[in-house]
Amino acid sequence: MNDMRLVERDVSNRQAKIEARGVQVHYGEKHALKDVDVAILDRTVTAFIGPSGCGKSTFLRCLNRMNDTVASAKVAGRITLDGQDIYDPRIDPVQLRAKVGMVFQKPNPFPKSIYENVAYGPKIHGLARSKAELDEIVETSLKKAALWNEVKDRLAAPGTGLSGGQQQRLCIARAVATAPEVLLMDEPCSALDPIATAQVEELIDELRSQFSVVIVTHSMQQAARVSQKTAFFHLGSLVEYGETGQIFTTPQDPRTEAYITGRIG
Amino acid sequence: MTDVTAGAPERARGGSLLEGSARTKRRRAREWRMKAYGIGAIVLSLATLFVMLATILMDGVSAFRQATITFPVTVDAVIVDKAGNRNPEEMAKVTTIGYKRLLSQAFVAHLAAEGIDTAGVPEKDLGDMLSDDGPARLRDRVLADPSLVGQVVEVSVYATGRIDGYLKGRVTRATAERDTNVTPEQLDLADNLVAAGILTMPFNWGFLTGPDASDLRPEASGLGVAIIGSLYMMVLVAIFTVPVGVAASIYLEEFAPKNRLTDLIEVNISNLAAVPSIVFGILGLAIFINFMGLPQSSSLVGALVISLMTLPTIIIATRAAIRAVPPSIREAALGIGASKMQLVFHHVLPLAMPGIMTGTILGLASALGETAPLLLIGMVAFVTNYPAGPFEGGVMDPATALPVQVYSWASRSDPAFIERSSGAIIVLLVFLVIMNVAAILLRRRFERRW
Ligand SMILES: Nc1ncnc2c1ncn2[C@@H]1O[C@H](COP(=O)(O)OP(=O)(O)OP(=O)(O)O)[C@@H](O)[C@H]1O
Ligand SMILES: [Mg+2]
Repeated sequence: MNDMRLVERDVSNRQAKIEARGVQVHYGEKHALKDVDVAILDRTVTAFIGPSGCGKSTFLRCLNRMNDTVASAKVAGRITLDGQDIYDPRIDPVQLRAKVGMVFQKPNPFPKSIYENVAYGPKIHGLARSKAELDEIVETSLKKAALWNEVKDRLAAPGTGLSGGQQQRLCIARAVATAPEVLLMDEPCSALDPIATAQVEELIDELRSQFSVVIVTHSMQQAARVSQKTAFFHLGSLVEYGETGQIFTTPQDPRTEAYITGRIG
Repeated sequence: MTDVTAGAPERARGGSLLEGSARTKRRRAREWRMKAYGIGAIVLSLATLFVMLATILMDGVSAFRQATITFPVTVDAVIVDKAGNRNPEEMAKVTTIGYKRLLSQAFVAHLAAEGIDTAGVPEKDLGDMLSDDGPARLRDRVLADPSLVGQVVEVSVYATGRIDGYLKGRVTRATAERDTNVTPEQLDLADNLVAAGILTMPFNWGFLTGPDASDLRPEASGLGVAIIGSLYMMVLVAIFTVPVGVAASIYLEEFAPKNRLTDLIEVNISNLAAVPSIVFGILGLAIFINFMGLPQSSSLVGALVISLMTLPTIIIATRAAIRAVPPSIREAALGIGASKMQLVFHHVLPLAMPGIMTGTILGLASALGETAPLLLIGMVAFVTNYPAGPFEGGVMDPATALPVQVYSWASRSDPAFIERSSGAIIVLLVFLVIMNVAAILLRRRFERRW
């Protein structure tokens, strides 16, 4: 607990990286997100928790405009990244997504080689000036995602031939390789064993020194372990948002308390 | 989950697993019937296909062999080069009539020299056993190489269609009695010639390479012009339709907004695919020939008309292939900041490629068999000159196409053309099979799993 309070103090003087004000999302008739206000701090891990279908993924996808690709989705409200409105018509979502990377809920490697999967982002963003540099990026990214040892001998093998958990880590490596400023991770550990989970959590902790990380998780323990801030969603609303220690020890809202003690969900 | 089954009424679960319940038996019976229908349908279609192929093969295979008479000819300078100076321009004044006389005389002399019994066949009838195509070929040969004058050359001349038909079983002595073009004695002589090895049935390259011939000379007619025409058209159709079709599909699938206008375009593309082909023929006649003034009967106009017909098919196939690319791949690419263009060219097209290829080749294959619109733009004309090479404006020259050749031969009166027509169908089928195999191979080659 002492530990957590240290982290709390650390967080309080960070700046907001992403600010969301009154975000509403409709999927056709369905009102999936209701009036969400959140400030995601720089160099901080923020956990989104909440029961299934409460809108965690939906909100995450608002933050890098992936909802643009869903024809029925309508996003209202204001979201800023470093003070810039990301829904401004002059903003290029392609550039935004290079800065705000994402690991999806379901692993979705490209049907290309493992190497190509990781190298693709750096290639299209021109992050490597030479083949050697690209190799370097691929290797460090795979190492960060705790996959290097398993695949270093078969980088040319198809990424889709890996196991589910390996694919998920490949997707993490792919997202990390583009060096985003914010990394959105939608249940990155749902298909991983405890060892790989620990490694990914280590990675998240490491990334915190440079980036903001937003992680959606169904594991209270994981949220408590890796995050400094926690947001609890319920039925499309943001119920409570605060320091992770405070949310897990003295939740203000009865629904939060019910969820983290396992009575709703 | 568990409490639901616990709360549900307890079914009779007794009895051995080896004997099915009444319910399972009914289900099995239904399944069995479904399978039986399926097998029945397949057997029926295979039987029909078999009958069709067998008929075509039986009628058409003989077109690939041709009764040919081989004998030596002395190219007599007195006939072919009256001026005696071996000048091809002056030699060209001698028409095929002169060469016909030359051939007939040489043939008669050869028969006498070989000691073949020509009883009952007057000398004129002997010469008439040779196709009129022979003199023309000999003339071309001599004009191309004047040094042959005065030499003895070995010529292979087609026998007339009747003799050819006799050797293939189409003409009998009974029909010859009633036929003004052949006598039973000529048929007897044909038997002798076969025995002497003068009359043979070699593989008929002329059928694949030669141009069409008139009603009077079925033995000389070939598919050369039709094959060139079809080839030109296929290449042009591919050049016209693939870029346009793929570009249109990519735009409609990936970039176009979903609104009334694009809905309307979609519906119309599907409708265009269902428009009868003859309508496209009328359209082509009006636009390409009457309005734009492109030459009639040319492979260019044929290709344009067929492109119009094939385009909707290709667009529909391509869009289906693009749509089949899993959305998760799109999300993955967009999620790491790929642009629309990069998404399309790096991820969607490679994955859709096998589908696009198959769709395109099948579209081209059906275009290859298209006949009706070509009739309207004049490609059914009787063309005996080869079109020029593809880079010398050959696509503007009159040509025919394989299916049209099938149609025009099938409508001629001489029964010898029935065989030719079926033979042409076999050639067409071979081309179609090659294209379909190519489609399968390409599909295998490009297929990737995800
Ligand atoms: N593309 C879509 N079209 C229509 N409705 C959608 C779509 N995506 C999500 N929804 C709806 O929006 C609501 C929120 O979905 P979301 O995926 O954000 O839930 P979640 O909190 O991520 O759940 P889980 O923990 O199961 O992943 C759900 O009720 C869902 O049915
Ligand atoms: Mg989700």
